[in-house]
Amino acid sequence: MFSFCTDPAALEGFQWFSCYLTTGKHMSMYWAVGTVLLLLSITAPTALAFGFAGASAARSNVAPLRWIGKTYIAVVRGIPDIAFFLFFVIALDQAFEYIRHRIKCPDWDEPVRQGNDFIVCTAAKLPLGNAPQWVHETYGFLLAVLTFAIVFGAFAANVLFGAMRAVPKGQLETAEAYGMSRRQTFWRVLVPQMWVYALPGLSNLWMVLIKATPLLFLLGVEDIVYWARELGGAKQPQFTDYPHPDWRMWYFAALLVFYLCFTKVSEVVLDKIMAKLTHGQATAAGEAQRKAAA
Amino acid sequence: MKNLILTTVALAVAGSMTFADGHSVVRLGTEGAYPPFNFLNDDGEVDGFEREVGDEICARAELTCEWVTNDWDSIIPNLVSGNYDVIIAGMSITDERDEVIDFSDNYTQPDPSAYLATSSDVDLENAVLAAQTGTIQAAFIAGTGATLLEFATPDETVAAVKAGEADAVLADKSFLQPIADSDGEVMLLEQEELIGGGVGLGVRESDGELLATLDAAITSMKEDGSLNELIAKWGVGEQF
Repeated sequence: MFSFCTDPAALEGFQWFSCYLTTGKHMSMYWAVGTVLLLLSITAPTALAFGFAGASAARSNVAPLRWIGKTYIAVVRGIPDIAFFLFFVIALDQAFEYIRHRIKCPDWDEPVRQGNDFIVCTAAKLPLGNAPQWVHETYGFLLAVLTFAIVFGAFAANVLFGAMRAVPKGQLETAEAYGMSRRQTFWRVLVPQMWVYALPGLSNLWMVLIKATPLLFLLGVEDIVYWARELGGAKQPQFTDYPHPDWRMWYFAALLVFYLCFTKVSEVVLDKIMAKLTHGQATAAGEAQRKAAA
Repeated sequence: MKNLILTTVALAVAGSMTFADGHSVVRLGTEGAYPPFNFLNDDGEVDGFEREVGDEICARAELTCEWVTNDWDSIIPNLVSGNYDVIIAGMSITDERDEVIDFSDNYTQPDPSAYLATSSDVDLENAVLAAQTGTIQAAFIAGTGATLLEFATPDETVAAVKAGEADAVLADKSFLQPIADSDGEVMLLEQEELIGGGVGLGVRESDGELLATLDAAITSMKEDGSLNELIAKWGVGEQF
């Protein structure tokens, strides 16, 4: 990185650290921070969409739709995260490949299942076996986003389902009295008002989601906790220009600070959103806001 | 949703996927945490004895190879489910593993396993011994009277000994030797265990063609002495 880094063994103190902390390996760790943030920024809205769809389905008038919504919420919430992450992703991957196999290789005459092996044709592999590494990584990342979204979507669905029921019935009845259709009542009266009831639950979920990112490594995505463990481990002089004893404690301390700062920032932002949503609502907090302003 | 889950359950239980025919790119899966066999260098790339062996094998077999790192715990499941095509991770050839995957010819001689401890007077019969999960050393300790303490990474086994959590760690001697050399707190015990049948490449059982190609490359490296040179360079046991 720096010009004086050519002979790390001769360096000391600050210079040594400035070289050490900018090795290619450390750069990978800094990238991993970006990966985690990117994952969160994609997963959160996706999970919310899953949750919204699940909650809307669960309170639908159409019975099969209602069953689907309620089953989704119950099943996914009931399965331990780690089991879901270890197993569901492989299953999802295989399901995709099986579907592609059926479409792309209709002439395939061998059975798909041979003993222990589940064999699909080369063209159905996902990603293709000869795809560059970044395609494999992106695919793994998207699978991770989807899995996170399904898991957290179920919790979000339950929160939103409760929030939708918490909107005072009088509001909905008034909307009907004004001649709004069911759809209009839902979108114009129920949805705008439910967020204030949903936010405490959703902010909880967001905090849990932030802390759940180390599960990424189960999915083959190298996250910051993986790198902290890898970089912190003792390094012998034969294998690195920067030998050091076991420094995992320091790396994990840095992670702790990172996560604490991150959750603190989230808390501040969520408080602001809450204040905004409360404005003009017929809740205790909304009432307090009104009195304070008056 | 439920049906989807049930179907996918069935598919997942059914097991693994394999390539039916030729490989245009061969993906090599390694752990990246077991020097001198494989580790990540300062640039974050796979390095070590197996990096050089693997690259040479690929050059001789005229294969395009790509390196992938994977957790040791799930290294065999991910091979059989098709995430990569070859395991090259200091994996000793054992009958137990051979039932699930196929092994190439060994490219290191059986390396004795050594004990690393903070003092030389460890009573190995009744000691608490650390080993990495799913290794031949862990299986060996489980068969003795000693208490087995398992860890996910090789690094943690050594850390456990230095923290006093375990009395000694049992691992490949070529892994422990550099640690004993550079760290004054720990030493190798005199007793060594001869377990394992050398290290080989792991491939899926249905990948016979690839296995034959790899074997041919390993044989040619043994014959012209280039493998011996690499063994000497990285200090991974006896030469052929």
